[in-house]
This record gives sequence, structure tokens and C-alpha cells, in this order.
Amino acid sequence: MAQEKTTISWRPYLAGALLGVLAIASVLATTHWLGRTSFLGASTTFVRAAGLIERAFAPEHVAANEYFEQTGISFNWQFMLIIGIFIGALLSSLFDKSYKAESVPPIWDARFGKSVGKRAVAAVGGGIVAMIGARMGSGCPSGHGLSGLMQLSISGFVALALFFGTGILVANLVYKGRSS
Amino acid sequence: MSQAQWLGLITGVVFGALLQQGRVLRFEKQLGAMLLKDMTIIKFMLSAILVGMVGIYILYDTGSVELSHKSMNVGAVVVGAVLFGAGWAIMGYCPGTSIGAVGEGRWHAVFAIIGMLIGAAVYAELYPMLSRTVLAWKDFGDISLPESLGISHWVIIPIFWAVALALFAWFEKKQL
Repeated sequence: MAQEKTTISWRPYLAGALLGVLAIASVLATTHWLGRTSFLGASTTFVRAAGLIERAFAPEHVAANEYFEQTGISFNWQFMLIIGIFIGALLSSLFDKSYKAESVPPIWDARFGKSVGKRAVAAVGGGIVAMIGARMGSGCPSGHGLSGLMQLSISGFVALALFFGTGILVANLVYKGRSS
Repeated sequence: MSQAQWLGLITGVVFGALLQQGRVLRFEKQLGAMLLKDMTIIKFMLSAILVGMVGIYILYDTGSVELSHKSMNVGAVVVGAVLFGAGWAIMGYCPGTSIGAVGEGRWHAVFAIIGMLIGAAVYAELYPMLSRTVLAWKDFGDISLPESLGISHWVIIPIFWAVALALFAWFEKKQL
């Protein structure tokens, strides 16, 4: 297939299809072994992690918070899934030598320079807004995008369209603002 | 560790390896999609969805698993997704990929993670106020496309496949 002049990279298709297989296996495995079907997701773990950190400083405050209470602050299945993502990415990148220490993303550097402080301020600010949004809408591109669309959930279609729609708008404002 | 924790960990390791092999953990791939220059993450996500939806609906039809639709709460999903999209464009990662990005050496993703942890803590404080306002606007509940349209999912799935494959062909033609 790849003998034509313009070679197609099958990498994202193949890795993606295998993730689809993992999603199916995971749904089956959680149903069988945990007694409750769990779909892949990521953002709830940030609530649990934030709750765990906050609890070290203000345990009464966390205990009295309605949202922490209903989410449940524990190292559950999804929490370990997130830790697993770190380990899997690390091993995979070491294995094929694509691991690369990077202090500022290249396209950010080209637009805003090498300052780590500037990048940090933007990333923290963006992270705050994004996570408030993810929790408000009960999902991120994993939960709404992957798991939602696999189940043909209406909320998944709406969320994914708006994630990208807004993302495209803001990214173009930020990266094409003054240039061209 | 409990069985649930082991299962989560093992699933996560494979998830992380696939994200890394798909090369979707990179800031430039995430922004590349938003700048409409590089559709790697769309190819990856749609491929996973195409395979996953067939398997999950077969398992659902045979009564092996339950579906778990997230609620179509209009204020929550619309306002939430718009906020997420805006933050995502600045941060350059989503929650799952930020963790994986640190794993493959892009340690600056730690700043995105710190921001998201603060965001989660802020949301926990805002929750009582939001649940009386934005979250209380209108909730259509756990609805799916096949149920809402009154059409079998086995009609919708082939259509979804056809649209996605056409999109893939177009991406490759345009070398996106």
C-alpha cells in the first residue's frame, strides 16, 4: 500500500484501532471482574488527586465539600489507569527511542520564545479553564470523545464538536494573531 | 493493591503505550489538529471509535455489558465543552495526554497538570453554585443517537464508518 509516491503513515490508524480493541476489552474486563461496566476516561482522576492533595492541608474542608463527597476521594480503577498511562508512555518511548526531554514545545517556542516561565503561566491558566470545563461537562476527550462516541451518546457528539470548534477558534487566534 | 487497581494499572499501561505509539501525546499534534494542519489525533481517535463502537454494541446486544451515556445536560455540556476547548488550545494537552506527555519526556506538560489540578479544586468550590444555575438549566438525561432517532444502532454504525473513512481519504489526499 505504501509503495505509491505519497506514503501514508498508518501509525495513527493502527494505534487508534488497537485502542479501540483495548476499550472493548476494558469494558468487558471491568464488567466481569469489578461487577460494573467502566469506560475509559481521565478527568475525574484530577478531582480525586486534587482532593487528596487538599485533604493533606484542610481535611475538614474536603470532607465537607459536596463535589469531593459525591466523586469519592480514593485511588480507584481510573486513578490507577492514569498512573498506567504515564508508565506506558515512558516505556514505549524508551523502547523505540522517541523519548525526548523538552522544556518548551517547539511551536510555542516559535511563537512566544523559549521562556519556561511564560509557557508555565499559560499552561497553568489553560489547565485551570480546561479542567473546570471538563468537570462541568462531565468529561474530556477520553470520556466524551472516545467513550461517548463509541456508545453513540448525544452528549459525546455535542462535547467533541464543541471541544474542537472552540479549540480551533482559540488556537487560530493565539498562533495566527499578529502574523500573516 | 486491589483487583480494580491492578486492572486499572494494566489497562493504563497499554493505553499509554498506544497513545505514545500513535504519537498523539505531542503538543504539536494537538495544536496541529486545532490549526487544521495535522490530523493525526483525529485519525487516532476516530480509528479507536470505529473499532470500539462495533465491539461495544455487539457486547451490548448480547447482554454482556451495560452502556453508560453521560447526561446531555445542556448548560453543563455546552458551557463545559466550550471552556474545555479554549483551555485545551492554550494548554496543548487534554487530561489523559498530559500525563503521557510527561512520560515521553515532555516535562513542560507538568505545568498543564498543575493547572488542571487547581482547576479541579476550583470546580469543587464552584459546584454548589453551578448546580443551582448552569447545571439546572435543562437536562435531557442519558440519551443516545439511535434511541433519540428511533433507528437501530446497526444502521447508524455503518453510516458513521462511511463518513469517517471518507474523512480519512480526504485527510490523506490533502496530506493533513
